Amino acid sequence: MSPRTARVQDRALRGSVDLLLLDEPTGPQALIALLQKVQTELGYVPEEAIRAISERTGVAASEVFGTLTFYTQFRLRPRGRRVVRVCRGTACHVRGGEAVRHKLERILGIRPGETTSDGEYTLETVACVGACARAPVVVMDDLVYGQMTPPKVDEMLAPRSGEQND
Amino acid sequence: MTEAFCCQSSDGEQPLYTLLICRDTGCQSAGAEAVQVALRDEIARLGLSGIRIKSTGCHGFCEKGPLVVVEPGGICYMCVTPADAPEIVASHLVRGEVVTRLVYQDPETGERIARYGEIPFYKHQYRIVLRRCGRIDPEDIDDFIASEGYQALRKALQEMTPRQVIEEVRRSGLRGRGGAGFSTGLKWHLARDAQGAPKYVVCNFDEGDPGAFMNRSEVEGDPHGLLEGMAIAAYAVGARRGYIYVRAEYPRAVHRLRVALAQAEKRGFLGENILGSGFSLDIQIKEGAGAFVCGEETALLASIEGRRGMPRPRPPYPAESGLWGKPTLINNVGTLFNIPPIILRGAEWFASIGTQQSKGTKVFSLVGAVAHSGLIEVPLGTPLRTIVYDIGGGPKEGRTLKAIQTGGPSGGCIPAGLLDLPVDYETLARVGSIVGSGGMVVMDETTCMVDVARFFLSFTQAESCGKCVPCRLGTKRMLEILERITRGEGQEEDIGLLLEVAETTRQGSLCGLGQTAPSPVLSTLRYFHHEYEAHIREKRCPALRCVALITYLIRPDKCQGCGRCRRACPSEAIRGEHGLIHVIDQAKCIKCGACLDACPDRFSAVAKVSGETLRVSDSPVPVGSNDW
Repeated sequence: MSPRTARVQDRALRGSVDLLLLDEPTGPQALIALLQKVQTELGYVPEEAIRAISERTGVAASEVFGTLTFYTQFRLRPRGRRVVRVCRGTACHVRGGEAVRHKLERILGIRPGETTSDGEYTLETVACVGACARAPVVVMDDLVYGQMTPPKVDEMLAPRSGEQND
Repeated sequence: MTEAFCCQSSDGEQPLYTLLICRDTGCQSAGAEAVQVALRDEIARLGLSGIRIKSTGCHGFCEKGPLVVVEPGGICYMCVTPADAPEIVASHLVRGEVVTRLVYQDPETGERIARYGEIPFYKHQYRIVLRRCGRIDPEDIDDFIASEGYQALRKALQEMTPRQVIEEVRRSGLRGRGGAGFSTGLKWHLARDAQGAPKYVVCNFDEGDPGAFMNRSEVEGDPHGLLEGMAIAAYAVGARRGYIYVRAEYPRAVHRLRVALAQAEKRGFLGENILGSGFSLDIQIKEGAGAFVCGEETALLASIEGRRGMPRPRPPYPAESGLWGKPTLINNVGTLFNIPPIILRGAEWFASIGTQQSKGTKVFSLVGAVAHSGLIEVPLGTPLRTIVYDIGGGPKEGRTLKAIQTGGPSGGCIPAGLLDLPVDYETLARVGSIVGSGGMVVMDETTCMVDVARFFLSFTQAESCGKCVPCRLGTKRMLEILERITRGEGQEEDIGLLLEVAETTRQGSLCGLGQTAPSPVLSTLRYFHHEYEAHIREKRCPALRCVALITYLIRPDKCQGCGRCRRACPSEAIRGEHGLIHVIDQAKCIKCGACLDACPDRFSAVAKVSGETLRVSDSPVPVGSNDW
């Protein structure tokens, strides 16, 4: 990408972020809510958004960055089309969740926090989704897959057929 | 089972049958939605009338989901699939005959139990907080009102002064359900007496303990119940604005709360001049952004203010100087759920439940290696044995109970030998654990206690905010030592070092996260010292959990040369061909266990061992030969 195209893209991104935040509250206490708004809409928090939010809240850009990296929810890079989240809660751990995670890492060829090079899958871990009675649990595309085993990982990643989710 | 209140139907006209279908995350992940659709379609197909289908919150018995309860009669169907719908409709709803094959079956006697109040899982429970969970439609305010909803708020506003409300709560003996167990009435007194305006009331719904989902289920099943408790709290301390701080991972709970807030405002239970009393309250939802430390009250307040969630020293306590420096009352979800029943039925009634110092009931999420996982509520003081065996059905598949972990990363592991202890604040603290927010994880012989300590430390180390050096470095160092031990590289002096770092971290940290982070290490060292010794001295993991210390082997006398393990192996570590005894190349083996899963039970040729050796073949030889 030429530097000029990059600049145009940055400006376009800045424009869409400004549009997003148009009716949102201002001031420092709105910081986290604004970050959440941007991430919900764009899937991540681009650099342009940090500047826009800094101006809107009056919080220094460095501090915006510091706050967003403090919370695990926020991402600085876009995620893959499909997000696979492995629960690392205690119940999942006790019932063999680690083996499920290893299997996913192996099949996808990535570690938690990474995205496959084709942009298809992002693997993440989550502290606990609160479906402990169905442990071990994996969440993919916001569907909760309960009582997972390494062999079931193959089924889960296979092209989806219908609504069946367990 | 004891239920604190009876829930009536909200309709003037009693339906013939009401189907209560659990749509909580647990049952939902088991396919509850498809079940509901199938039942609805079948009822429509047969043109039946007088039947109401309600989407409800958690029934508690998540292990057996999806659950469908049919009223009247309280008949509970378990593990229901869409294919079961025609039979349930034709048999139960048309002919009035219970579908026996879908009700609870006692694993020992084989006896079928249809009424859910008689199932052992429910029989020993006492439901106050969960009394509406699974009984009402959480998105229908009329359903809530029909089950005594907002009556406690009405009583408080119309018949009691704020001081009387506080006095009632104080006399009830209710203690904070978030973990510390501080007297709720006393906390309210402090917030009431604090100088400064405006005052705030904050609900801590940042349920972060891994392995715990009580608050999520409570709110998803009965969102108005929380709002009512919060409104009474605000009235008592004189707050006009409230915040509910919700954990980021609970989108459904956020949705339910938003629906409930809008309904309550529309009906005049929240907002300006509530029920004509002159008291006003505006409640807002603040979504967390994923930081465990925000469960600590001063960190939570910082997060609401839009900053990094880092704790600050106390005093001043939030009751004097909280949100934006103003007096702030912070209560846990579970605490607030207890308020309306106390106001309605009185302090004496509440104080009659539980023990001398721990009053009322407590909701626990009973999970892990137990036959019946789920959400339960029992009087404080109930013996652990009742919870694990009578309610939970004991360990799974004839396994042996080893320990019960309570209190999440701040708690400890209670060994099976102490099963007769009553569950209350003082007793659990005495044995090195805490009641905590209510997570209860059952562990059997397949759980390695060193690995459990490592697991919790990896959690607290990642979640330490970094403000206090003893916590930031202490958790890191403890984790490194524990990782070393689970890798089989532990040294004799590591245990002494662990104890020393644990003590420093406990003493030198500002907030509860750091002060209690060593608890899982200390309690496992106290009760499971022998497991540490096995790892360090014998390089052996008795539970066969620690990957570095286990080996997969193929027993030459059992291998039938079918090749399933070879095909399943992701790292091409297995040599052999059809009819030959297979051999694992240990240098290539990544110890994923795929071969063990793939080997048919009738052969059971793959062995998983630690610290022992089995004679194996060096190279593939024909099955049946003794050439190895």
